[in-house]
Amino acid sequence: MTQVASTTHIRMMCMLPAAIFFAACWLLPVAALVALPVAKGWETYFLVLTSSRYLQSLLNTLWLSLATTLVTVILGAAVGIYLARHRFRGRQVLLSLLTAPLAFPGVIIGFFVILIGGRQGGFASLTHSMGLGRITFGYGMLGLFLAYLYFSLPRAIASYTAAAESMDPQLEEAAHVLGATRWQITRDAWWPQLLPTTVACGAIVFATAMGAFGTAFTLSSQFEVLPITIYNEFTNYANFAVAASLSIALGLVTWGVLFLARLLSADANPAQ
Amino acid sequence: MAIEHPISSRSTRIEIAHCAKTYSDGTRGLLPVDLEIEAGEVVALLGPSGCGKTTLLRLLAGLETPDEGSRIVFGGQDVTALPAEKRNIGMVFQSYALFPQMTVEANITYGLKIRGMSAAECSRAAGELIDLVRLNGLEKKRPGELSGGQRQRVALARAVAVKPRVLLLDEPLAALDAKLKESLRDELAELLRRLGITAVHVTHDQQEAMAIADRLAIMEAGRIAQVGRAEDLYRNPAHVFVARFLGRVNTLTRNPDDIAAGIFRLGDHALACPKHLRERETVLLRPEDIVLGAPTEGGAHARVTRRTFLGDRVQWHLALEGSQTLLAETHGYLPYGEGDAVSVDITLDRLLPSKAQDLNP
Amino acid sequence: MNTPTMKRSPLLLLTTASVCLFMIGPIIVSVMAGLVNNYSRGLSSGLTLRWVWQVWDVYGSTVGASLGLAVACVVCTLVIGVPCAYGLARSRSRAARIFEELLLLPVAIPGLATALALILIYGNFTSLRQSFGFILIGHVIFTLPFMVRTVSAAFQRQDLLAIEEAVRTLGANFTQRFLGVLVPAVLPAIVAGMLMVFTLSIGEFNLTWMLHTPLTRTLPVGLADSYASMRIEVGSAYTLIFLVVIMPALWALQALATLIQKHYGN
Repeated sequence: MTQVASTTHIRMMCMLPAAIFFAACWLLPVAALVALPVAKGWETYFLVLTSSRYLQSLLNTLWLSLATTLVTVILGAAVGIYLARHRFRGRQVLLSLLTAPLAFPGVIIGFFVILIGGRQGGFASLTHSMGLGRITFGYGMLGLFLAYLYFSLPRAIASYTAAAESMDPQLEEAAHVLGATRWQITRDAWWPQLLPTTVACGAIVFATAMGAFGTAFTLSSQFEVLPITIYNEFTNYANFAVAASLSIALGLVTWGVLFLARLLSADANPAQ
Repeated sequence: MAIEHPISSRSTRIEIAHCAKTYSDGTRGLLPVDLEIEAGEVVALLGPSGCGKTTLLRLLAGLETPDEGSRIVFGGQDVTALPAEKRNIGMVFQSYALFPQMTVEANITYGLKIRGMSAAECSRAAGELIDLVRLNGLEKKRPGELSGGQRQRVALARAVAVKPRVLLLDEPLAALDAKLKESLRDELAELLRRLGITAVHVTHDQQEAMAIADRLAIMEAGRIAQVGRAEDLYRNPAHVFVARFLGRVNTLTRNPDDIAAGIFRLGDHALACPKHLRERETVLLRPEDIVLGAPTEGGAHARVTRRTFLGDRVQWHLALEGSQTLLAETHGYLPYGEGDAVSVDITLDRLLPSKAQDLNP
Repeated sequence: MNTPTMKRSPLLLLTTASVCLFMIGPIIVSVMAGLVNNYSRGLSSGLTLRWVWQVWDVYGSTVGASLGLAVACVVCTLVIGVPCAYGLARSRSRAARIFEELLLLPVAIPGLATALALILIYGNFTSLRQSFGFILIGHVIFTLPFMVRTVSAAFQRQDLLAIEEAVRTLGANFTQRFLGVLVPAVLPAIVAGMLMVFTLSIGEFNLTWMLHTPLTRTLPVGLADSYASMRIEVGSAYTLIFLVVIMPALWALQALATLIQKHYGN
């Protein structure tokens, strides 16, 4: 054999532990999970589309995630651009504070909403003292949305601050000198440069929102999202097959969005 | 500084037999080649980008795996299946690949350290090598603080420190500017001679190859076109490609009538074709073998369309009868300028033969 | 990069200020809520540490559990992930690319699904099911892609490739060049990966909630428990403990990471 085998051999040995671990602890279990609904019949796979209750749950989740992504991206970009351009004392501390919630478990954020928007919350007390009765927003869609916004913003702020710092100021100055209005500058100078970040960041925010469980769990929201439905099916009704089917659906949608985003960004940067 | 080089003559003969490389995406980087390199010889692999010279060098290094049926032998030992770290070679990379965080001395002695040499011995060896490549005073510097030429010398010292049996150089002077290249070229040639080590040197610069190597192997499209001493290749190229690659060449085509008549045309002049070129459709002529004279001196009539002064020589673009053009080169002063009429003559025995096609499979 | 030619945009400033308020306000409220006697009455009810002690009694062990789990997770991803990252960085085969894609899946698939899958296959091994090891497996599956991705990118740098080849020609075997040259060269990326894994593990809930048992609770799991079943002040105090213990640990690690990166980066 004229093959110089040792390098390939070494590479394989390097990847082997990870491959074994991954196969045993993820591939195999997930394969079993994917195969599970078959036991109850092939139509179980399409429950998310056929059953109105599950479909509603999926649509709720999609709608919430899209809204979150949209608002997060806009706000994140605004803050990122502002922070990239203004250097002031304490800027680094502010940035750390703003991105700290990345480490928070979702449940804490749900709790924040309860603290402020719940029955005993500050907002309710405020409206009570104004004579409007205790108004709570924490348990409906608004509360959930605010919570989702809370855990998505740090990621967007981090990404956009980095991206805005590497934006070319000359593009903007050129537009300004040519007489462009603020809005035109935003559209023609900022937006194209921030597009790659927006695609990448938006995809991650969307995927995280789709799969978020802890926040909705803490809030016990009336607005049911798919992860909660899955959890209920599994814990309360021991409907393993249904839970599996819904998980697959959720997984497919999330993976699909991330895949699409990677394709789009690969198109823009063929070298990478 | 006359110092006995620290490398004893462990020069090794290299045999390359039927060596080819096909990449995983199907491209053939190297078609089967054979080459023998004598112990202590410096051979240059010369050719344009993509000709396979770097591929061959990396196969010799053991950094790439050759195709089935290939054989590489170092001094009688078949190393084809040996990985790079076991072949006992030295290699100088195009980017030098110096360890950025280590000092010059640490870089040079790295190979010795991992072979278990003691610190004291390493130090002593480092001293000799630093003298050899003339880096005295720079031992404690980091690569980032050195100039390109100095880094190149560190890379060289590091490669020869382990007393390799074969030294491989991958375009070692490519990263340097022209003036530096020339002075380092001579130093490198001198050093290789002193070390007496078998070396294979890859370059696309023919001047560099001719200055450093004992023999040249001209490569094109994965094949070795011709191997030999520079002067032999220049005077007797086996293919048009070789003739064109080493220096410049004029191509003179002959139509069938001329071939039948045993002549070839130089503008309005008909010359008797030398016997060995009678049947050739194409003959080649080097610019320096063209003689320019006053229009009245006989020879073909031509007009100077461009004159370029290049310091040690002058280049002439000539237009002859029958829309023939020639490139000529002369040394010294000639009183002709652009637009002037001149006469063109050639030294018949300097004509070179050529096949109509290059490098038939 | 203050651009004096551009007019200061009041809209940006307003947006940024509002977002800052939105993000930081709740943290302050939460800290306050954990330290007052009665949340409904607010600060006027006086400050106290009794909720904090109560939390520590009931849930104190979860802090150590989470920290220990995070450390174990970092160690596991280091041992499994760094060599894997090297293998992937040097492989050109399609199989390697497919493996790389597959490795990223646990991030795309919701943690809930992964947990369900694990329970499905391994739920019956009671000793495993009831140990922290089960949760560790989940954490490693989720965080491994981050480590591998980060370190693999660093291994692929062109100058590192050249240095590795140079070291091979000098005679270094794999262990010598992996530990002596390659790992030091990608140390900044490894440190960044470690920090990411640690942070992700500490805050992980989606997987952990499904995989936990009453005896194997982590900090986020405890938090969820307290929010559901205890007074709002207790929940706040527990949150306070999280903020006070975990956040400084993260900041310290971040500072350490930046220090190492500055020292080793070129």
